[in-house]
Amino acid sequence: MDTPPTAEAVPPEVRGTDETEEFRSLRGAFRGFAFPVTAGFILWYLLYVLLSSYAPAFMATKVFGHVNIALVLGLLQFASTFAIAAWYARYADRRLDPTAAAIRERYAPANLVAPREVGE
Amino acid sequence: MSDWRTSNPVLLAGSASEHRTLTMSLFGVFVLATLGITLWAGRQTKDAADFYAGGRGFSGLQNGLAISGDYMSAASFLGIAGAIALFGYDGFLYSIGFLVAWLVALLLVAEPLRNSGRYTMADVLAFRMRQRPVRTAAGISTIVVSIFYLLAQMVGAGSLVALLLGVSGEGAKRWTVVAVGALMVVYVVFGGMKGTTWVQIIKAVLLIAGAALMTVMVLAKYHFNLSSLLGAAADASGKGSAFLEPGLKYGVTGTSKLDFISLALALLLGTAGLPHILVRFYTVPTAKAARKSVFWAIGIIGVFYLMTLALGFGAAALVGPKAIKASNAAGNTAAPLLAEHLGGGAGTAGGAALLAVISAVAFATILAVVAGLTLASSASFAHDIYANVIRRGKASEREEVRSAKLAAVAVGAVAIVLSIYADKLNTAALVALAFAVAASANLPTLLYSLFWKRFNTVGAVSSVYAGLITSVALVFFSTVVSGAKTSLFPHSDFHWFPLENPGLVSIPVGFLAGWIGTLLSKEPADPAKYAELEVRSLTGLGAH
Repeated sequence: MDTPPTAEAVPPEVRGTDETEEFRSLRGAFRGFAFPVTAGFILWYLLYVLLSSYAPAFMATKVFGHVNIALVLGLLQFASTFAIAAWYARYADRRLDPTAAAIRERYAPANLVAPREVGE
Repeated sequence: MSDWRTSNPVLLAGSASEHRTLTMSLFGVFVLATLGITLWAGRQTKDAADFYAGGRGFSGLQNGLAISGDYMSAASFLGIAGAIALFGYDGFLYSIGFLVAWLVALLLVAEPLRNSGRYTMADVLAFRMRQRPVRTAAGISTIVVSIFYLLAQMVGAGSLVALLLGVSGEGAKRWTVVAVGALMVVYVVFGGMKGTTWVQIIKAVLLIAGAALMTVMVLAKYHFNLSSLLGAAADASGKGSAFLEPGLKYGVTGTSKLDFISLALALLLGTAGLPHILVRFYTVPTAKAARKSVFWAIGIIGVFYLMTLALGFGAAALVGPKAIKASNAAGNTAAPLLAEHLGGGAGTAGGAALLAVISAVAFATILAVVAGLTLASSASFAHDIYANVIRRGKASEREEVRSAKLAAVAVGAVAIVLSIYADKLNTAALVALAFAVAASANLPTLLYSLFWKRFNTVGAVSSVYAGLITSVALVFFSTVVSGAKTSLFPHSDFHWFPLENPGLVSIPVGFLAGWIGTLLSKEPADPAKYAELEVRSLTGLGAH
């Protein structure tokens, strides 16, 4: 251990917070959403890349006019990216932010500089 | 990304003389306006949090715009539109990885990073580790990624100016590189993060507005019917319906397919490990605002890439691949040529005006991106290597910021010299390498640090160095450096790695090295520090 940890040492109010039921449920809610959804969109993107590389005949199938499956799947990647972003924003607003705010208020003394909730 | 080297400026020269004055004046207005903002921002920059993080006072929307401005380089704007114009569907395929990657940043990185770090990526990596080895590794990796990315932009800038202004010759290129380098140093040294952020916001608005204007003009020509635009592009391409299917660029051989998969992985996992993107999350007050920034960035960047789809196919249909290739073999002038066509064609006042506007937007784009890169690398040098490694955390805030400014000047000088003497470097390979290093060295370490309790100092140092060294070495032993006509050294051949993109190998190596290093080390992880990191990253308790 050649140098002390950055800046302030462990704030005392943080100690023990990780053991509380409230924090565990917050961590569970975050990981339960972020991890499976990440796995999902990575697989979906890889599927698309692999189909483009190794199944060109399938991708060339016409859907209507000059629009083929390749283009539809590509546009669906955009759509799913937008949808997941919106889904997570909504989920975090409802499930993560209130719990995080409650924990912050309980454990942070009033004089401790809390992150400002402005300018969002 | 596209290769600027193959540019042939002469063919654009006829129309260039007409729009040159207009382009220069528009660009002059942009430079003057941004310099004014830089001076204003400089006067408000008082402490280290102002210099590194813009006072943490930007809103989610402002930062979302700035992130987009930092991310959408001239290579995206000109390179992707050009790739679509020449290779059809494969150009579009390429753009998708750049967008989907933002979900990694949104779901796993942005909020925990904002809550647990202060100024740099290394703040999070070193949070529960021994400071000096981890900060050294993270600082080196930050500087390497940023310099590769910076070189790509600056070498590109030199060729781009020659191309768009119709000036040929080495002299013009060099002066462009020097001017771009000097301006980026001025933005960073005098404006800090506040000035740089505003430059990026203005650039993002200009770029989106320019692309939107052209998109509407293209679609109007086809009565807003996507299918008929596609049909016209396929007809004009001379390749028929193959132009609308995957395979023209990346599906040629078994190796080129693997190369694309390797690139796709690096894009997907590299974005959330790019230091100049990560530091942007410190410019907002809360984790919630960091989340909103990425949310906005995804919307802005996504719409932008959708517009490049219309621009690329529009250029193929209206300008035609023959004229595009004649101007620049890699297709980088497809968007400017399309602008000229939409304005009324070569030789008309409208054509010259729209061409000038789009060219000026492309310059603005380069300046905003290089400023962001310079700031990220000099911040990491000052905060990680100078303050925490050399001075062992004993430097004052004033000394730290002063060293960051000196580092910005040094980074600028190094980048200028390298760009002038290394203008044969393949910019596409440089950008791909930057993403590969970010995905192989930075992202594994970042994810392990945030989510793996057992992860320790040896693991962190191993994954950074293994990812960094593997990706750089594999590129060195690929055809990017030797053994092909397009190589850096075309006359020697010491290549043995078959792919140009190292990600397929180096990303697993980075993850594995972090895991093995952690298990082999006898040093136990500090559970109290992990508990603190976890509480802080999820709740914002104790965040800066």
